[in-house]
Amino acid sequence: MAEDNTQGRIPTVIADDVHIVYRVNGTGGGRGSATAALSRMMRRGKGEPRGMRKVHAVRGVSFTAYRGEAIGLIGTNGSGKSTLLRAIAGLLPTESGRVYTDGQPSLLGVNAALMSDLTGERNVVLGGLAMGMTRDEIRERYDEIVDFSGINEKGDFITLPMRTYSSGMAARLRFSIAAAKNHDVLMIDEALATGDHKFRVRSEARIRELRKEAGTVFLVSHNNKSIRDTCDRALWLEKGELLMDGPTEEVLKAYERETGK
Amino acid sequence: MSDTTHDGGVALGAPPSADEGLGAAQLAAKYGLTVSGARPGLFAYLRQLWGRRHFILAFSRAKLTAQYSQAKLGQLWQVVTPLLNAAVYYLIFGLILGTRKGIPEDVFVPFLVTGVFVFTFTQSSVMAGVRSISGNLGLVRALHFPRASLPISFALQQLQQLMFSMIVLLSVVVIFGSYPSLSWLLVIPALVLQFFFNTGLALVMARLGSKTPDLAQLMPFITRTWMYASGVMFSIPVMLKDKPAWIADVLQYNPAAIYMDLVRFALIDGYGSENLPDHVWAAGLAWAVLLGVVGFVYFWKAEERYGRG
Repeated sequence: MAEDNTQGRIPTVIADDVHIVYRVNGTGGGRGSATAALSRMMRRGKGEPRGMRKVHAVRGVSFTAYRGEAIGLIGTNGSGKSTLLRAIAGLLPTESGRVYTDGQPSLLGVNAALMSDLTGERNVVLGGLAMGMTRDEIRERYDEIVDFSGINEKGDFITLPMRTYSSGMAARLRFSIAAAKNHDVLMIDEALATGDHKFRVRSEARIRELRKEAGTVFLVSHNNKSIRDTCDRALWLEKGELLMDGPTEEVLKAYERETGK
Repeated sequence: MSDTTHDGGVALGAPPSADEGLGAAQLAAKYGLTVSGARPGLFAYLRQLWGRRHFILAFSRAKLTAQYSQAKLGQLWQVVTPLLNAAVYYLIFGLILGTRKGIPEDVFVPFLVTGVFVFTFTQSSVMAGVRSISGNLGLVRALHFPRASLPISFALQQLQQLMFSMIVLLSVVVIFGSYPSLSWLLVIPALVLQFFFNTGLALVMARLGSKTPDLAQLMPFITRTWMYASGVMFSIPVMLKDKPAWIADVLQYNPAAIYMDLVRFALIDGYGSENLPDHVWAAGLAWAVLLGVVGFVYFWKAEERYGRG
């Protein structure tokens, strides 16, 4: 990769006119009754099924990210930030357009793989395997993960099912598992503000560490301060469109003016 | 990567470098970037899947444990559930309806219990398969792994569940007078074949279910029809001897009936080869290979599209 780059700027992620459409069943007609569903099916035309609603979440976003960049994604709720991240990670198929990446970008987050009925111990292993770590890697990092989460500070909680944890404890364990792996292209989706103050400081430090190891970092956050602190470039999305792309300070200023802060 | 990367992308917003004027596709090609989320080749996919074997196994075991972790009796339910199941079927079909026509009493109970357990193995794999993608969209949208891991993992969970049922089954068989013998070993290849068949079917259902989640509502009716047609609680040749022969043939060669018969033949002394259709092992193997291969390829074909909802 990158044999003849003249400017020292190596692209790691290229988004080329990306469109993403969600299809949602059971919304059409406004009424959810069985007769409404039936009549929708009867009226079904040749094109899109009537009962299906399309949500055009990302509309024609193009940008190029380079190695060593930390990019913040900003925008109001529902502007398509998380959706765009998932598409970059290759987790959500694009409707049209392409995303090219260097290696395998990964989303920081393992929540979906964990099971609340299992002990914290087993969830560490399960989460690690789900992220693609080997059994040896997990064994090696197990103590580190548990210590980092601080779950065992108040007694032997790691051998209890996760459903017995307080929401803060569970969030801490989830973050600790997710942050145990190093990534080439790392994407963080508002996972920063979990747990108590002590843990937040610790996790911010860990994020900085991950940033150093990763080639490119994407960060979604509504906390403009954390975007300012960590990112040198920002993308502003609104209604699925890329409104602005530039240095963090410039974009944030425009964003803050627009949202009236 | 199977997907082509040269379809003339739109020119970018002019980056001030030597790369200026390159389309996205050319730029990507120049720096060796690949399409995110593109479908790997079939063999690369198999390799990835093998790389994830520990995850597949751990996930299936986690699901199995999580199932009963809130119950007071805990994992004991793994054995009690199939036992109760068998008891209900015996009550209805053995005592009340008397479907045992043509089967001696001491053969009928193990015959029925084997049928119920072996059929449940396939049935629950199908049901779990339908929901394996649509019910785990959170997982699919958060982490990278070959998506076939999910249906395979669910099929594997059912196999482990079956192991508990086998404890019950073997006890029932012994109680009704068939004692352990070498022929019992035939259960292993029979269940291995059935597992491949189930996994293939789960893969097919997973892809269908990911597009049409309604299948989860429909499947119980289909599998129930399938169960009654497969001779779980009656002997197909005896029950259908007045009907045209081809009906019994079709029913007997349906995969569920084949695997049930193979296990019954292996375990039950009074259930000899005269009850089995011809070339029964070949038929079992054919179903396993057919569904295994077709199911896997069919699932893989849509690999990059799972996760759209």
